[in-house]
Amino acid sequence: MATRRDPMGLGLAVLNRIASSPTIDKLKLRRTTERAVYEGAKGGFRVAGATTRAFKSAKGGGKPKRLARTSDSGVFDLEPTEDQQMIVGVVKEFAAEVLRPGAIDAEAADDTPKEVLTQTGEFGLTLLNIPESLGGLSEDRSAITGVLVAEALAEGDMGQAVACLAPAAVATAISLWGSDAQQQTYLPAFAGDDVPTSALAVAEPRALFDPFELQTTAVRNDGGYVLNGVKSAVVRGQEAELFVVAVDVEGSGPTLVLLESSTPGVTIEADPSMGLRAAGLSRLILEDVQIPAEAVLGAGAADDYRECIRLSRLAWAGLALGTARAVLDYVSEYVKTRSAFGEPIAHRQAVAFMVANIAIELEGMRLVTLKAASRAEQGLDFSREVALARRLASEYGMKIGTDGVQLLGGHGFVKEHPVERWYRDLRAVGLMEGAVLV
Amino acid sequence: MINLETPRKFRPFVKQAHQVAEEFLRANSRKYDRAEHAYPKELDLLASLVDGMGDSGQSAGAGAAGVRRDDDEAAGSKKVKNGTNMSSVLSIIEMCWADVGLLLSMPRQGLGNSAIASVANEEQLERFKGTWASMAITEPSFGSDSAAITTTAVKDGDAYVLNGEKIFVTAGERSDSVVVWATLDKSLGRAAIKSFLVTKDLPGIRVERLEHKLGIRSSDTAVIVLDNCRVPAENLLGNPEIDTKQGFAGAMATFDNTRPLVAGMAVGCARAALEDTRTLLEEAGVVIDYDRPVQSQSYAAATFIAMEADWEAALLLTLEAAWLADNRKPNSMQASMAKAKAGRVGNDITLRCVELAGTLGYSENELIEKWSRDSKILDIFEGTQQIQQLIIARRLLNLTSSELR
Repeated sequence: MATRRDPMGLGLAVLNRIASSPTIDKLKLRRTTERAVYEGAKGGFRVAGATTRAFKSAKGGGKPKRLARTSDSGVFDLEPTEDQQMIVGVVKEFAAEVLRPGAIDAEAADDTPKEVLTQTGEFGLTLLNIPESLGGLSEDRSAITGVLVAEALAEGDMGQAVACLAPAAVATAISLWGSDAQQQTYLPAFAGDDVPTSALAVAEPRALFDPFELQTTAVRNDGGYVLNGVKSAVVRGQEAELFVVAVDVEGSGPTLVLLESSTPGVTIEADPSMGLRAAGLSRLILEDVQIPAEAVLGAGAADDYRECIRLSRLAWAGLALGTARAVLDYVSEYVKTRSAFGEPIAHRQAVAFMVANIAIELEGMRLVTLKAASRAEQGLDFSREVALARRLASEYGMKIGTDGVQLLGGHGFVKEHPVERWYRDLRAVGLMEGAVLV
Repeated sequence: MINLETPRKFRPFVKQAHQVAEEFLRANSRKYDRAEHAYPKELDLLASLVDGMGDSGQSAGAGAAGVRRDDDEAAGSKKVKNGTNMSSVLSIIEMCWADVGLLLSMPRQGLGNSAIASVANEEQLERFKGTWASMAITEPSFGSDSAAITTTAVKDGDAYVLNGEKIFVTAGERSDSVVVWATLDKSLGRAAIKSFLVTKDLPGIRVERLEHKLGIRSSDTAVIVLDNCRVPAENLLGNPEIDTKQGFAGAMATFDNTRPLVAGMAVGCARAALEDTRTLLEEAGVVIDYDRPVQSQSYAAATFIAMEADWEAALLLTLEAAWLADNRKPNSMQASMAKAKAGRVGNDITLRCVELAGTLGYSENELIEKWSRDSKILDIFEGTQQIQQLIIARRLLNLTSSELR
């Protein structure tokens, strides 16, 4: 058993990874001309699932490694640990220096540059919830760190943030609910240098989608299960090597299964949407896909699935915080410099009060999201808090998005300013299921 | 380490406060809503109980005076503190879950007591111990614009002579003393506004009449007239000098401390409405499921979750403002955010609860209609919604009061 890191240890481990990162000095974003090869596969073409690596199935049979709960400190406190401040500081800088300036190109490419993904891989974002004994960075559950990281990334650009966090969602799912064999088969790859592109596929393309009433089915046969159905909002589906898919197992309700992209019957279809373009959203089409019985994630327990849905919604709330913060900072600057009727428009209550309300609602939704995360990592029931955080992130996140555009008037409607992109990205928060996890 | 649960050390105290609130306040809620202006005599016993709890340390320092910031204590300490600002807010939430009007009528727990705790010097703090102080700022000619004070205080020997009319004085009749805001020199603007503790036994102060109100009827709201009222000079709270540089800051410091308390009142009142409405909805067969998407739940269930979300945001903003105060961090903007959010959602939630409960909610058979009347004042006094937005916007955008008016 590995020694447990002290609180400073995790931050230092992350910093060390960053310092030794080979791409740290050449952080340049993919230019428009450099992505020609890639584009052919976009925009409605169907391709077979990516086939890049074979995961060597491990035996397992022992007890899966689980992250410990953090303990209740008993003190009301809003200060992140020094460890968290360190990680968030680095991620914030990355978001400001790389994600924000690269957002326009990434959106035009309908994908996040490889360098950006490599870089976040080197940060160890996928490792935050992998136990140290399996090559990860932590022995403790850290939903709060997850929320703070999602927030910091999305302050740069939500689309790229989602792309960067997608593999971490799969690693976290395997870490939290996978069996010993599944952990040993897949987690070393996530802890390695070449993090597998992977996606947590929960949503399905229909109105009033409910993750507890899935239409994607798993029917038992001699070889295990046969999957049929269509999943949507699959992050970078065309590149993905591994999926964790939410399916309805006949007779026992929704559960998660592991699916390698090279399995016959797996088709990916690009599904460009109003926002989150850099996340390369796709549909995953499953036609008589045969998976072995051992592909069911862990024990396939209903409680695990429920927790997955909650943690995913929590991550989306975290992302909304970052983008909403970007809006607040941007409009605060704008209304002070834009003049009308002889003075800055910030001098008008109609304008200033909109900015005040953005700040109030953002702070409120941030606190509720952090409370949900803190309850999650302490092992307390957090279903209520997640539902409330999601509601606030959906309602006020979108309100902040639309007010951001409104405050810039016609200028907000054109792509000269980023607020129209934030508007499109923030619409995703209340309707997304899966894709990211904390 | 981020943790937003009720501090462990306050949990027994909150439970106790809840029981007390239920027995003494909630039980008499409708009675004094109907008997407006009747003195709620049950509160005398409760006030003694509260005093006793305070003296024995069981009250965790909570109460109107819990907002005082002791600079020596915990200053420089890196340890995170959950102190009396937090316990006071938690206690007020429980009390207002029971009844806002009766909380405002708690002997020796007036807003004037918070003002004394915020700005009085040590000598005054000792001398005014045990008084029940109400707060008199508003006048017939102004509300939010407290720089427009016309009540005058003229130095005459060892006393100030006060003249003017104050309205909307909460507990103005029942209190023993009134913290009166008056100007030493109208031409010097905000800096010349000072507060005075005027005891009711002084000649020249009288209660003119009591208001009849939409809500919080169990709380007396008085018109107070000061007619050549001589107040001992040592009853001026804070610094008697007119410091034009400091301006209004001294007087306004009180509000940074009391706004989280008023936010707590809105949070408590709205929680009462949410709890009863939930029971009524469940009796009507509504299922509230936190995991299912709200889009696929009933309108009532979705509305309830939306209300709860706003309520939780208001609660946490309130606790944040108190936490900042306890840890000696500036909280002016957060106090206003808490007051703005709690004030508006407290009102919105209680009114929506009436709507969901139908004629049952509208009728005096239930208390929901009462809470929807009580909640309105919480978005008005101690700074209206719009005043909070002004304060927040000025701070966020770094604008002066002459730029953003």
